[in-house]
Amino acid sequence: MKARVYVMLKNGVLDPQGEAVRHALGTLGFDGVEGVRQGKVIELDLAAGTSEATIEQMCEKLLANTVIESYRIEVL
Amino acid sequence: MRAAVIVFPGSNCDRDMAVALRAAGADVQMVWHKDASLPEGIDLVAVPGGFSFGDYLRCGAIAAQSPICQAVVGHAARGGYVLGVCNGFQVLTETGLLPGALMRNANLKFVCKTTDLKVETSASAFTEGYNAGDTVGFPVAHHDGNYTVDDATLTALRGEDRIAFTYGDNPNGSIAGIAGVLSENRRVLGMMPHPERAVDEGHGGTDGQALFRGLIGQLATA
Repeated sequence: MKARVYVMLKNGVLDPQGEAVRHALGTLGFDGVEGVRQGKVIELDLAAGTSEATIEQMCEKLLANTVIESYRIEVL
Repeated sequence: MRAAVIVFPGSNCDRDMAVALRAAGADVQMVWHKDASLPEGIDLVAVPGGFSFGDYLRCGAIAAQSPICQAVVGHAARGGYVLGVCNGFQVLTETGLLPGALMRNANLKFVCKTTDLKVETSASAFTEGYNAGDTVGFPVAHHDGNYTVDDATLTALRGEDRIAFTYGDNPNGSIAGIAGVLSENRRVLGMMPHPERAVDEGHGGTDGQALFRGLIGQLATA
């Protein structure tokens, strides 16, 4: 089985990289880009039957730093 | 006084740290990240700067899961002293020994220069060699030194006098200009600037000597 974990900076945490991307899009002439947030996608190749609770532990212990990041799990 | 300097793949300030500790009178051993325990009788663990594990995933995240870090957490839990500098500070926040997190610098630039720091408290073994309010010059060299904590933690850090150093010019966007913080028992210090790069006339400044001498002096008499 496969799962995908999306890690994003929490709402309210300033994302300077996203802001830099937003500026660059403006420079390229793309008007109306009001905000950009940049995150990570982590794809996991897992043994069949791995529970979502286990994936959640992986996120809590390593994949995300929950001080500043939130995560979302998608089992594929 | 016995000190251990942890070495991860990608550490690059480990030898500088050992030199600074030895110059201040410590007996220093280098400890590899795969070791599951610290040598007997260690008083201080220093987690040095560098780019442990290539900064993969997040700075310090992989190092924080290494076998030796469990031993470092145990050492701190027993009341042992820990100093984390630069990447070492990032590792200590990732292990949970210190609150908060270090994010990409607000201006997105790698900052490498000597910064003026204000000593915010002299009430710790690390800072007792200074007076609160002193200005010291330590080099910084990092891309991810933008310290952040939530409001409640910031209030606690202030209330408990746990902010050790603040920046004069805040080169990375850190909340409240914080450059270094202490643990609740004041025996764990994490800081982005490099005191070990300010201990020899050849470094261009020796403001870091008081940190190492004070620390080792206190631990030697403890």
